[in-house]
This record gives sequence, C-alpha cells and structure tokens, in this order.
Amino acid sequence: MENVKRTRYASLALFMIIVIVIPFVVKSPYLITIGIFIGLYALISLGLSLLMGYAGQVSMGQSAFYGIGAYVSAILTMKCGVNPWLAMILAALFSTFMAGLLGMVVLRLEGHLLAVATLALCIVFYTIFAQWKSMTGGVDGMPGIPKLSIGGFTLTRDVHYYYLIWAFLTVILIFSFNVVDSRVGRALRSIHHFQGGSEMAAKSLGISPMKYKIQVFMLSAAYAGIAGSLYVHWLSLVTPSSFGFLTSIYPLIIVSLGGQGSLWGAIIGAAVFFIVAEAFRALVPILKPGTSGEYEILAWGLMIILVMQFLPRGLVSIPDILRGKGKTKG
Amino acid sequence: MSRVADSKESPMDVTPILEVRDFHKAFGGLVAINRLSFKANQGEILAIIGPNGAGKTTLFNMINRFQPASGGEILFEGKSIKELSPARVAAVGIARTFQILQLFSNMSVVENVMVGRHLRSKGGMLATGLRMPFTRREERNMFDAAMGKLTMMDLKKEAFSSPLSLPYGRQKTLEIARALATEPKLLLLDEPAGGLSTQEIEQLAQLIKRIRDGGITILLVEHRMELVMGIADRVIVLNYGSKIGEGTPAEIQSNEEVINAYLGVEF
Repeated sequence: MENVKRTRYASLALFMIIVIVIPFVVKSPYLITIGIFIGLYALISLGLSLLMGYAGQVSMGQSAFYGIGAYVSAILTMKCGVNPWLAMILAALFSTFMAGLLGMVVLRLEGHLLAVATLALCIVFYTIFAQWKSMTGGVDGMPGIPKLSIGGFTLTRDVHYYYLIWAFLTVILIFSFNVVDSRVGRALRSIHHFQGGSEMAAKSLGISPMKYKIQVFMLSAAYAGIAGSLYVHWLSLVTPSSFGFLTSIYPLIIVSLGGQGSLWGAIIGAAVFFIVAEAFRALVPILKPGTSGEYEILAWGLMIILVMQFLPRGLVSIPDILRGKGKTKG
Repeated sequence: MSRVADSKESPMDVTPILEVRDFHKAFGGLVAINRLSFKANQGEILAIIGPNGAGKTTLFNMINRFQPASGGEILFEGKSIKELSPARVAAVGIARTFQILQLFSNMSVVENVMVGRHLRSKGGMLATGLRMPFTRREERNMFDAAMGKLTMMDLKKEAFSSPLSLPYGRQKTLEIARALATEPKLLLLDEPAGGLSTQEIEQLAQLIKRIRDGGITILLVEHRMELVMGIADRVIVLNYGSKIGEGTPAEIQSNEEVINAYLGVEF
C-alpha cells in the first residue's frame, strides 16, 4: 500500500516536471500546439478511461460532450456576456447534466448496442452544432470567443494555454486517482463484467450498477465538457467540424493504446498517439514525395494492430513486461 | 428499526426473520417454484435440499430479487421486500454467496471484502475525488473491517493477492467473508460445499456454525448431505419446485417421500 502511494507521488512529480520543462526545450510553436491537443485529448480520454477501463462501459459519444462544453462556453460568453471562467463552470455542469439525462436512456444498453447508441449521440449533436444556425453559427461556427484571463492578465499565447490545460489535467488526474482508490472506484470495478467484475455480486453487496454507470458517464462528460471549454477559449473559434466522428474515435484509440484500467494510460496514450501521427505526417512526404499529410490514419491503424497484438494491456504494461511480470492474466 | 420494537426476548422466540408465502415462479410453461411457503426463524440454520433442477437457486434468486416472483409474497422481518431492487435487499440485511463463484478478479482479496463494506460507507464521487477527511476515515475503517474479516477466516496473509491465486476452497471462504462484511441479518449460502474435500467441508461446517452463533440466520442450499445433516436445525426438501418435506434432519432422513424423491433408499 505504502509503496503504491510512493510510486504514485513520484510519478506525479516526474509528470509535472516534464510538463513544465517541455516548453523550455521545445521552441517550435507548432509543437506547443500539438502539446495542447495532447492535453485536451488526454482530458477526454481520462474520462473515457474511467468509464470504459474501470466500469466497462464503452462510449463513442464523447465528442458530443466535448462539443457541448465548447458551444455552451462560446454561446454564454458571446451572446450573454458571461465571464469566461463562469462560462466554463456552467459548460461543464451542463455537459454533466446532459450526460445524466442521456445516460439514463443509453446506459440501459450493453456492449455493441451501447456503442451504437453513444455513436448516435455523437452524430445527433454534430448535426445540432452544424444546423442550429441562429444559436451556433452553423458550419461557419462562431469566431471571436474571448480569451481567458487570470487576475487581469489575459492568456493570449499558445504556451499560456499549454500550461493552463496541463494544470487542469494534473488536478483532474489527481481527482481521478482519488476516485479510483475509493469505494466509488471499487464499485466501478465491481461492475466491469469483461474484466473480472460481476454485476450480480455487486448488486448482492448493495451496489446499484445503473447508479454508478450513470455517475461515471456524467464524470466523463464533465471532463470532456471542461476540455471543450478550454479548447474554444484557446482557439477563440468554434466550428462543428471539431466535434465529428473522429473526435469520438480518438479517445477510444488513445485509451486502448495507453492501457485500459490505467489513468496514466490515458495520458501516455494521448502523447504517443499524437506524436506518432505527427511523425508519420512529417515522414511520409519525405519518403514518397508528392503525397500530402493524410497518411497519419495509417499510423493509427498500425498502432491499434500492434498494441492489440502485442500489448493487450496497453503501453503502460511495458514496464511490467520488462520486469517479467507481464504474463497475461485471465 | 423494527427489530428493536419486536424483540420480545421470549424463551420461545419464533418470530420468523424471513417468511415466504405462496411463492410462485414459472418460466413459460415450466413451473420452477410452485406455491412455496416456509419460514426461517431468527438464528437458525435452515437447509434447502432437493434434486438438481428442484428450484433451489431460483428460490435464492427470488429472495434477493435477481428474478421477480410470478406470484406470492416475501416478508423480511415482517416487511415485504417483494418490490425492492437487489441492492436494496442487500441494504435491509440479506447477503448471499453464489454457486458459481462471483469474486471480483480485478481486485485484491482485501478489496473484495472492502466492496462488502460499500453499504456501510457513504463517500460519493465528488467527496472521494476531493479526498474529504471523512472519506479518508471511511476508507481506513473499511480496510480495518475487511482485514478483521480476513483474520477471522484465516485469509489475512493473502490479503493483497489476487483472489484467483487462492485454492478453490479458500475462494469460497472469501466469498463468505465478503458477504459477511455487509453485516447481514440473513445469509444465503448457495452450495458452499460444492467442490470441497471432506476435510474442507468439516471446516466449513464449523465456520457456518460460528456465523450462526454470531446471531446471523442462515439459509443453506446444499447437495452434500454430510454438511446438511450435520449442521442444519431444520431442512426443507424441494422437488420440481414444490415442498415435499420439512423437519429436523432426523425427521427428513426417515421421511418416505423424501427418500424416494431424493435421498435414495440406501441412505
């Protein structure tokens, strides 16, 4: 127990050092942008990791909540003149609320049906964002969303948002660790029927699976909503194309890549996912001149196949495997 | 609550803790439980026996509400629990184990038992996420209580192992420990002796008696007659969902109909 805690604190300290140092080493503004996207997707994936890796409930609809967070922030600040920070809180709350409402319906389904139902959420909300012109600005979106400011200091540069997003991520990561290590975390694992849980046993011990499924779905939506709000205040622009099908698929790839049932997996997965994709984007035109950068999709496919084949427990299982403890369990 | 009110402490305390009236369950045309009525008295070990397919596990599933009854009534401490969810049934004080083990293999041994403390703690998602002081206290209490149960069951050394690393018999004990962690008033044991050696059954019998002596009423579904006849205060015999006999182990062993249906003449 004590050892686990010590490793946890050490990992968190190392993580924060890396996050802080990166902008001093990496000077390219483009790479800082990649760092921002890694942070945003790590945030969404963290929620999905709790939902999927711990409670065993798949969601292909996280883009909907990311989008709700983004649009609520945009609309409140642009149309109602709400303070951006207050808008962020309201955006996260509204996204959570919607997840509670929708979760009561879709979480009655299991497995593939749940995947399809959540995919429908992704498509429905994309359509709303794109078509409700008077409210969302349609496909052109809404430009000029105000930047965030802290005590009179307005965050304008990318590197400000890099630090802000990773600070949010750190706090939310610690919050998530606390949840996972508690009775709530055990309740979530107890209903994960693909991975050693048993809904029957959980019920017999007084745990209501539905209650925890809805709660963790809401939590994942809160994370995605915060990510969406951070995203639009950074970019000062919101368009529906940011919340399409692929936006829902990325977190799924990231969680599988990093390792289900590990919160670090969400962050490591996000980092590897974007770095490999960027490497491919840069590399392919060099190897085969005249091609454009759309080859990153190959990289994703390759990553999924390799991880599924050789690392079923994701990248986070590499240290265990090197130490010889990686024997696949049940 | 009502327990305080009707604890009369009379020497012949016959207030039933569980009363099943006219229980009925049909799967299409197949009648699994046929107009079954019985009572379980406070503090006794009541065994339910019968051939395979007699409806024993179905009965357990109906008591803790995994399966709805097609008809009839079920009272726990005098109150109907017919409309409660399984989780609520656990909350009023009914715990169970499973014929096919349902341990959480994604948790350690002690964590399994800590899930049994779920009902005895409150910290929600927000409170635990923020590590509010009361949740840390709760967590410590849950851990201590779980370790206490493991010590009682002689599983303390394995607390941080995976439940799958335990021998089968110990896994069954662990499931009992987890059920006991909820502090039930009534414990349903579904074939606890299945797959155990004679020596392990001996230990199990001692354990069940100890649990009963701790004031917990036990409903026992079991095939192994050496266990049933050794520890049960009363026995109910089911066949095709109907009760064909009820009485003390001695009475059951000399009951003509029971012998023909189940025990066999040579018993």
